[in-house]
Amino acid sequence: MLFLVQDGITNGAIYALLGLALVLVFAVTRVILIPQGEFVTYGALTYASLSAGHVPGTARLAVAMGLVAFGLDLFAGRRSLHWRLVARAVAVDIMLPAAILAGTVWLAGHHGAVAFNIALSLLIVAAIGLFLYRIAFQPIAHTSVLVLLIASVGCHLAMQGFGLVFFGAEGQRGPPLSDTAFSVGPLRFTGQSIAVYLITVALIVGLWLFFGYTLTGKALRATAVNRLGARLVGIRTTLSGQLAFLMAAVIGAISGILIVPITTLYYDTGFLIGLKGFIAAIIGGLVSYPLTAVAALVVGTVEAFSSFYASNFKEVIVFTLILPVLVLRSLAAPAVEEEKD
Amino acid sequence: MAMPQRLPIIVFALLMAAIPFIPGMPPFWIVLLDNIGLSALVAMGLVLLTGVGGLTSFGQAAFCGFGAYTTAVLTTAWGMSPWLTLPLSLVVSGVAAVALGLVTVRLSGHYLPLGTIAWGIGLFYLFSKLEFLGRNDGISSIPPLAIGSLRMVDPGTIYFAIWIAVLVAALLTMNLLDSRTGRAIRALRRGHIAAEAFGVQTPRAKLLVFIYAAVLAGLSGWLYAHFERAVNPTPFGAQAGIEYLFIAVVGGAGYVWGGVLGAAIVVILKEILQSYLPYLFHGEGQLETIVFGILLVGLLQLAPTGVWPWLMSRLPIKPRRNRPDTSLALPARPRTAASRGVLLHVDKARKQFGGVIAVNNVSFDVQAREIVALIGPNGAGKSTTFNLITGVLTKSGGTISVLGRNIDNAPPQQVVKLGIARTFQHVKLVPDMSVLENVAIGAHLRGRAGAISSMLRIDRADEAKLLAEAARQIERVGLAAQIDQLAGSLSLGQQRIVEIARALCVDPMLLLLDEPAAGLRHMEKQQLASLLRQLRDGGMSVLLVEHDMGFVMDLADRIVVLDFGTKIAEGTPDAITTNPDVIKAYLGAVS
Repeated sequence: MLFLVQDGITNGAIYALLGLALVLVFAVTRVILIPQGEFVTYGALTYASLSAGHVPGTARLAVAMGLVAFGLDLFAGRRSLHWRLVARAVAVDIMLPAAILAGTVWLAGHHGAVAFNIALSLLIVAAIGLFLYRIAFQPIAHTSVLVLLIASVGCHLAMQGFGLVFFGAEGQRGPPLSDTAFSVGPLRFTGQSIAVYLITVALIVGLWLFFGYTLTGKALRATAVNRLGARLVGIRTTLSGQLAFLMAAVIGAISGILIVPITTLYYDTGFLIGLKGFIAAIIGGLVSYPLTAVAALVVGTVEAFSSFYASNFKEVIVFTLILPVLVLRSLAAPAVEEEKD
Repeated sequence: MAMPQRLPIIVFALLMAAIPFIPGMPPFWIVLLDNIGLSALVAMGLVLLTGVGGLTSFGQAAFCGFGAYTTAVLTTAWGMSPWLTLPLSLVVSGVAAVALGLVTVRLSGHYLPLGTIAWGIGLFYLFSKLEFLGRNDGISSIPPLAIGSLRMVDPGTIYFAIWIAVLVAALLTMNLLDSRTGRAIRALRRGHIAAEAFGVQTPRAKLLVFIYAAVLAGLSGWLYAHFERAVNPTPFGAQAGIEYLFIAVVGGAGYVWGGVLGAAIVVILKEILQSYLPYLFHGEGQLETIVFGILLVGLLQLAPTGVWPWLMSRLPIKPRRNRPDTSLALPARPRTAASRGVLLHVDKARKQFGGVIAVNNVSFDVQAREIVALIGPNGAGKSTTFNLITGVLTKSGGTISVLGRNIDNAPPQQVVKLGIARTFQHVKLVPDMSVLENVAIGAHLRGRAGAISSMLRIDRADEAKLLAEAARQIERVGLAAQIDQLAGSLSLGQQRIVEIARALCVDPMLLLLDEPAAGLRHMEKQQLASLLRQLRDGGMSVLLVEHDMGFVMDLADRIVVLDFGTKIAEGTPDAITTNPDVIKAYLGAVS
């Protein structure tokens, strides 16, 4: 029994991270980020490729996306091309991914330390996240949630396809962060699972501090509440969106790197993992970070128990878990009018 | 009379009927058209559900699954005829929709799409794990559709079954949208308060479109099962559900034909990508999903509302509108005769939002044939009082009674039945519906045609009367010239007047107007004042909130003044203008 709980908590911690990222992105940009799962697989498989001494295709993807973003930046600013704007575009859209690619190529020949591989994987996925917002969502940031959602699905399909091209159909595993392991009573703790707990807690606390106590965090929240109002007080909403995507990408990549030593990941595994994060996020109402974290632990535990007792119906149980929650939410649904579109 | 409107559809139907007889038509194209038709059916349901009703669903593929598996099991294991399983497939999809709909449609905004993803995936796994559905292998050797000795085995014959279903579904859907029930559905997307204020049972309307979309998906699933002659879980999974939503959005989520066009675009695009990309890129895998995803994002950036409206706006011809025959009359609403006496009695009404007391024990009356104005500085609780009377908000204390009957927290749909109609401070019209259609929502309770009679067009007598009443009220408020314009294209002042016409369609005994004169020019205000006087003289009472003191003092028989949620004065206009408390509230303390 206890080991099931432990298993559930480890899974749940990952779902919590993803749920938090989804809440973050939705709150700031109104995008329901289906490609969140791709950030997980990209992070995990990029890390695994780097560890195996290959140059992952994601590094090249980042450069390609940077070029497109550069074109869009210049096109959007064509009426008032200022040298600072061009310099920023060159630095962010071209120099940054190029430097990352150069680092990756150099490192792939050297079999670097785990820490370098992790840092590079995070950088690559962060750049992809940033450019993804710039290319796919920034031009349609003002449209309805539905249009953003469909665009998000388009991104998911494209990124999943790229994932297959880059990493092949074979599953991969990465080296663990540490090999230590010890037992407490009947439970066996590995260094990896401890890392999962610690990093999850650290990230949750970090996000909470960031949104509660920093000016940037507050600016992001302001964008979430009212885009126009935020712009009027001088918050650059496009920057907020890019920042949110960047953070979501990093969180996704971290989750991926944390689980790839424990489970074999395939190019399309991310979708399901992301969806379970979704369930946690929905239970959290897409606004509450602590509730999302708790819900994720519940989802993870239910999954662990159902895969033990009724493994055939594991997914059915996990996904129908949401129905009672929806019932509760609909009973408590306030009669407030929401202005849509 | 209706011919010109139906002409393009008849041409389209003849064209589709002719296609299989074109000599040398490759069978492959017919298969493609079959697939387009199957997707179009599901997309049409989504148009109604998502584009018109504002309820996003990713789970439609699961309803296809219900339809397909129902017929697959019954025809293979029980040997039933496919024609017998058709109603059963539709019923199973519909019943599943009721069960899931009761849970989901009450959810607002983004919970709904996420919820539908979740149960969509849950059902997919259920299909692939259940023994009697054949697990992942599914069910094969399903008998083909047959009429007498004609067995619809090849794609060219079932083609007719599929496209007849598409055309019939399109006609029924368009009929439904162009009716009393359709207007209620079209009002859903803009929020429920306005629709409920005129008696629309919004949860029921939402459930209706949910079931309708599910039944269309079930029909598509039934056809699919007899087209492929085999079913397995894959086409009913999350990816498929997502793809149907794409089809609707790409085609134009608010338009019935957008669903068909979207299906054509997406199915053909996928086919082209699958057959040509491998040549271009030396057969590297999964490229079509990449290109497909990128094209989709690009398409949305170019035409966020979809391709159909984009195309239509480029066509030079505009659809003709039929003028309603204003000689038809609705029977007047039955009313308790009250030429004298208290109509509305508000006694110590109270509303608290947390620690804020928005309305603090306010009491006042409205007599029959009287215009009462509710005035006060911003935040005095005037609109909240309106919301308490009309049942939008539940009061924290006190009683409100109409003609001596206590209406204790009656929902808005009940309040309007008593003959109380209202307008809103922030205009709540459906901007992409014409003025006539918007006003006709006001007469919702005076019609009785339901969804099915609307689909079959046996509601026309009822409908003509509703539209006639709406046209009459529009003429009465002086907007006859704008009757066919979209409500969203009118000036804000005119939109307020449209709201008054909509309220008049209720045939009310009490009219609640929330800042009706805001945004009107001087002449328009005078016209409005004379209209209100005329209504009063005709036996109606009016309670209005207004900031324009000239307008109020000139018009009102009595004035109630609120400040910070409390009534500070009540009396005739002359008494109010000299009341020291009122002057203090408006101008501040005089030192």
